[in-house]
Amino acid sequence: MFEGWDAVVLARAQFAFTMSFHIIFPAFSIGLASYLAVLEALWLATGREVYINLFQYWLKIFAVAFAMGVVSGIVMSYQFGTNWSTFSDKVGPVIGPLMAYEVLTAFFLEAGFLGVMLFGLKRVGPRLHFLATLMVAIGTLISAFWILSANSWMQTPTGHTVNADGQFIAADWLKVIFNPSFPYRLVHMVLAAYLTTALVVGAVGAWHLLRDRHLAGPRVMFSMAMWMATLVAPIQIFAGDQHGLNTLEHQPVKIMAMEGHFESHKHGAPLILFGLPNQAAGRVDYAIEVPKLGSVILKHSPDAPMAGLDTVPRENWPPVAITFWSFRIMVGMGLLMLALGMFSLLMRLRGTLYDSRLLHMFAVAMAPAGFIAVLAGWITTEVGRQPFTVYGLLRTVDSASPLAAPAVASSLIAFIIVYFVVFTAGMIYLLRLMAAPPHPGEEGPSHEAPIRTAGITPAAGAAVEGAAQ
Amino acid sequence: MIAIDLAIVWAFIIAFAVFVYVVMDGFDLGLGILFPLFPEKHDRDVIMNTVAPVWDGNETWLVLGGGGLMAAFPLAYAVLMPALYTPMIVMLLGLVFRGVAFEFRWRTTKERNKWDVAFFGGSILATLAQGIALGAILQGVHVEGRQYAGGWWDWLTPFSILTGVALVIGYALLGATWLVMKTEGELRDRAYHLSWVFLLAMLGAIAAVSLATPFLHVQYTERWFAWPNVLLTAQVPIAVAVITALLLRSLAKKYDYQPFFLTLALFALSYAGLGISMFPYIVPQSITIWQAAAPTNSQIFMLFGVAGLIPLILGYTAWAYWVFRGKVKPGSGYH
Repeated sequence: MFEGWDAVVLARAQFAFTMSFHIIFPAFSIGLASYLAVLEALWLATGREVYINLFQYWLKIFAVAFAMGVVSGIVMSYQFGTNWSTFSDKVGPVIGPLMAYEVLTAFFLEAGFLGVMLFGLKRVGPRLHFLATLMVAIGTLISAFWILSANSWMQTPTGHTVNADGQFIAADWLKVIFNPSFPYRLVHMVLAAYLTTALVVGAVGAWHLLRDRHLAGPRVMFSMAMWMATLVAPIQIFAGDQHGLNTLEHQPVKIMAMEGHFESHKHGAPLILFGLPNQAAGRVDYAIEVPKLGSVILKHSPDAPMAGLDTVPRENWPPVAITFWSFRIMVGMGLLMLALGMFSLLMRLRGTLYDSRLLHMFAVAMAPAGFIAVLAGWITTEVGRQPFTVYGLLRTVDSASPLAAPAVASSLIAFIIVYFVVFTAGMIYLLRLMAAPPHPGEEGPSHEAPIRTAGITPAAGAAVEGAAQ
Repeated sequence: MIAIDLAIVWAFIIAFAVFVYVVMDGFDLGLGILFPLFPEKHDRDVIMNTVAPVWDGNETWLVLGGGGLMAAFPLAYAVLMPALYTPMIVMLLGLVFRGVAFEFRWRTTKERNKWDVAFFGGSILATLAQGIALGAILQGVHVEGRQYAGGWWDWLTPFSILTGVALVIGYALLGATWLVMKTEGELRDRAYHLSWVFLLAMLGAIAAVSLATPFLHVQYTERWFAWPNVLLTAQVPIAVAVITALLLRSLAKKYDYQPFFLTLALFALSYAGLGISMFPYIVPQSITIWQAAAPTNSQIFMLFGVAGLIPLILGYTAWAYWVFRGKVKPGSGYH
């Protein structure tokens, strides 16, 4: 079995699979950690009970999502060694320290304060507890900083030399860390995480408003989430455009694949809206295109010449169809988010934010849009930089471990089975938590038999909370 | 010259991170291993609650050990991970099950038993895999050039199975003495009883591994028994005997804290023994720490971070343990 398989292809499939599962959780927990910090700050500032109820409600969800992020993340940190050992040997001296700094400055910070954040409110008091929440939120952002720096260096390597053993060495750490694509990727990803979380929070709020539009908690969370969509979706589209221009400068071949530009255009390139990229024939079949618009977007001039993949040796082409389509899916999701943001703004201005069933249904339908956009965006950038792991310098086929295909195939199958079992269960528990509306006297993730099912009424819950204060 | 010193400094840093991981995740993996011995739900809830606030931080040391190895000794990481392929994958999958069980078992009543089984299964698999990996490293791996050149089942030998079982016993002992410290009443009495059982088993395991190791390589024999090394190395078994005596006494007198910390000391001595056997190799008999060391500027760059941040990390980790100090009472939980 598997003897005919290519170990490198299997290793790539394994990385893609485990990474795709993993990214879902940090994308959600980066945004949710910040949201929890905002909710707790609002509670401390105003003393309004609705904020602490929302905090406790989302804290339970955060705990489950965070655990899944942690365990799927540990897999990633060892996969570099197990499946990509040649890469680790050659690139470890440069990206290893960046990841070590991620552990030291971010993972420990998150893990160290998580316990107090989840279980410690009564033990340390509100102020210290808020500090713990803040540390966890800051930790998630620091984590994004380092890991995106490492990824960006692989996309746009600068500040390095190569030693006698063929290892990359940093010549200038600041140039390594702040490599050309890093600021753009960081902004784009953090905004994506915030939008992803806002869409989930908004969908949960809308779901409960569809049943009862007078619930205090769902009203607050829906309004906050829609503000985020209104304000951040346009910023994100702008940030994405800037990121694209940066890619055009440093990884033009990726842009050619995203745009489906097999041919060079001397007098202005079209924008291909849709079509079927045909890698073998080197053309886009059934293309629907707008003349000159590609040059307008990328070069801000209708007649600007644009090189195509015909200027690049075929062995350096990324898989065009995947890059082309994943990019369109991401952009489509972004436009839908913009539409939701604008629609909600309109309803807000008309004073019907909590009454428009159409808006609420739209918001519920958009719950997974952030995750889809994040996955599609990462597929675009990672498939689009193929066939290299370190762009232009180290090829993917020269990065893998000297492993036999059956070893990689067996572990891939094991990961698929385990992840589907574990993360399906996790999703069900998350959806179950979200299906119940937040109520007065909401409990945090207390590790006791679920008291709610014993039939505590909201009034009794409020009394418990009053007694505790 | 500076490069040589740095390699030793980093060997100690990585060894420190791995040791902290072993003792901290050791007791919570140990609780997982002991889970079937506590079939009652209320006992299991208490056991879970003793580590719920800290398990995630404990596991972060494993990420530091792996990430630090890649950064400071990339060649060793690149050779060892493919050599330990199967145990590593099994460990990771075990940690997935055991990690999510911490949260999932509170989110369901119907399926709680399934996640309890996942907690036990994940814990024991991860522990076995770590112990086997340790044995596989000690017995050495086949290296050609800068790559692992063996097969994907080379790690499986009677010796690696022995070290795997030994670590399961060791973690179970850590878990049992942790429970002695963190619980009370009938639960603590049973933890005392289990501490006795696993301490005796652990002494047997230490003896077995110690006797088997010198037969792996003649270098190990010389390291331990050649004159004048033996003057120094003989201190280790002597110290083990002293700690064991103290541990037996603390169990007999039913002390709360001593059994756990003395077990930690036992782990530290066993760990020092490993270091004596391996030094200066990071892949025994193939690659030394100097050959595997990352370029000087990578090691220096990270040294700043380690020097500044590890004390800070130890500080706030200690604070988190302090917040949740004392005995965990049944039914109190963390509200």
